[in-house]
Amino acid sequence: MSDMEMKKIAGRSSLWADKPSPYCPGCGHGVVHRVVCELIEEYHLADNCVFMAPVGCSILAYTFLGLDVCQAAHGRTPAAATGIKRARPDTFVLAYQGDGDLASIGTAEIIHAANRGENITTIFVNNAIYGMTGGQMAPTTLLGQKATTCPSGRDALSGMGYPLRVCELLQSLGGVTYLARTSVHTPGNVIKTKQAIKKAFDVQLQRQGFSLVEVLTSCPVNWGMQPVEALDFVDKQMIHQYPLGEYKVDGVCMTPAAKEG
Amino acid sequence: MGERVLMKGNVAIAEAAIRAGLQSYFGYPITPQNELIAYMSSHLPAKGRTFIQAESEVAAINMVYGAAAAGVRCMTSSSGPGISLKQEGISYLVGAQLPAVIVNIMRGGPGLGNIAPSQADYFQSCKGGGHGDYHLVVYAPSSVQEAADLTTKAFDVADRYRNPVLILGDAIIGQMMEPIVLSEVTPNPPPKPWAVGGARNGRKPNLINSLSLEEGVVEKWNWTFHAKYQEIKKTEIMVETLYCEDADLILVAYGVTSRICKEVMRHARAQGLKVGLIRPITLWPFPYKALAQAARKTREFLVVEMSVGQMIEDVKLAGLGEAAVHFHGRPGGGIPREQDIMEIIHHVLVNKRAGTLTTQGTVVDWEIS
Repeated sequence: MSDMEMKKIAGRSSLWADKPSPYCPGCGHGVVHRVVCELIEEYHLADNCVFMAPVGCSILAYTFLGLDVCQAAHGRTPAAATGIKRARPDTFVLAYQGDGDLASIGTAEIIHAANRGENITTIFVNNAIYGMTGGQMAPTTLLGQKATTCPSGRDALSGMGYPLRVCELLQSLGGVTYLARTSVHTPGNVIKTKQAIKKAFDVQLQRQGFSLVEVLTSCPVNWGMQPVEALDFVDKQMIHQYPLGEYKVDGVCMTPAAKEG
Repeated sequence: MGERVLMKGNVAIAEAAIRAGLQSYFGYPITPQNELIAYMSSHLPAKGRTFIQAESEVAAINMVYGAAAAGVRCMTSSSGPGISLKQEGISYLVGAQLPAVIVNIMRGGPGLGNIAPSQADYFQSCKGGGHGDYHLVVYAPSSVQEAADLTTKAFDVADRYRNPVLILGDAIIGQMMEPIVLSEVTPNPPPKPWAVGGARNGRKPNLINSLSLEEGVVEKWNWTFHAKYQEIKKTEIMVETLYCEDADLILVAYGVTSRICKEVMRHARAQGLKVGLIRPITLWPFPYKALAQAARKTREFLVVEMSVGQMIEDVKLAGLGEAAVHFHGRPGGGIPREQDIMEIIHHVLVNKRAGTLTTQGTVVDWEIS
């Protein structure tokens, strides 16, 4: 080995401080953070990047990320990100939001930031539950799925509404350039997630408008499942409700469900 | 010497802000401040600066949060209902120690109310408004000229203390046209090494937030803010006092109401009645000492507001000793009339409280109840 040149092909991102993760076992946030950090490093963006932390589990991202971090009010991340990007157009602005933040309290802000074609990239982590506050029903909670505020399961007919499909909702907006839904429940899907986020980064770097990648993740603790069971829930239940694939590329609408047959 | 122009208050505030180095404006239409947002839309983009008509007041104040976090001079404007929507964002600005200028051109409330002038947002402006333990510096201009001048000042003060500053006008100040002199300003914002974004060139990452779950941290922040507010109280109070030296009665009013009171004072003096005026220009910090000092010589105070009585609580808090405090108020879009104020002055100074008053909204010897 001594005469062979060693090349590092994988490892912990230098942007992630050597601190314990604040996330629960089996949580998908860490994987999404890793992918995001790797891409920021690969693109050499760390020196001029603002990571927008939401209100939700990933609010604590500032405690371990080696990036400028701005944490906005619940749901207002797209508006605050707009303020930063317009003030400093050369700064790479990465808005990270969960399902309560983006798809419930912040629906107005995400729709209008997307519709204005704000040149920001949003990573939307959808785990179908409110994590930080302890497992309440999210706008993306599946029908029949139990939560502390729908103990018998989400029931649309008793007024709880239907799981909100964000990619499908944003698809029609003129300002949206790239839109994809991925998952991190298997290694293959993690790789696809990285590819999608890379495309979203490219859109911002080429000043082409708004880009968003929705990532399905598991929340075993608040779902009341074992981690493996939770990954199976993503595979069998969530993807059925939230089909994976690209919904918009270069501003052109795609139909992922039909494409994947 | 700057140029002399005829301008509406809303436009003067906008132009003064642009001259003060405003880089980013975010607003939403609401009467009676619409000229302000329209002026921004036609002047900022041409200068390569940012104008966004936001989807809501909530979005606008959070865009301000982002732009302030990025270190540029930024502003939003609205009126009562919209300012209520911004309160969460204002609290976050304070919590994250971000400088910004907010303009409230007050209208009649509560609720949707009307679009007539009002001073009913005094409590909201000076006593919190949003959640948490905080203050805004609150300027109350009484003319178009002063609206422009205080706007210029507001940006410097916001930057100096890393705290939002509020310009509190009303529908008359916003809509009225007056000749003003616009000064040439050389904006000189301080360096903002705490801002996010921009090439770091080796500096450590910055953080803009108002959250800490560690024990004692938020308490410590609050004491830091408190120290800042103590400093503001020492250095930023602005008040106008007129003819108080020999006054038998002092009118206390701010904003456009003080203009009416000045006329009353002129008529009263012409009749031989010794009337003075104290006009707080900063509503927070409030000029308690100026009032207390005046009360050593004068025993009668008459507070006039376009509300059912809000600033009067601060006048009482000023500790006027033996002085009596009277009140005349017109809420919900009403404007105080000179003859009504005059009647109260006669009642107190000439008739020595004998007989009854015909004016509505008047309380002689007002007490905290």
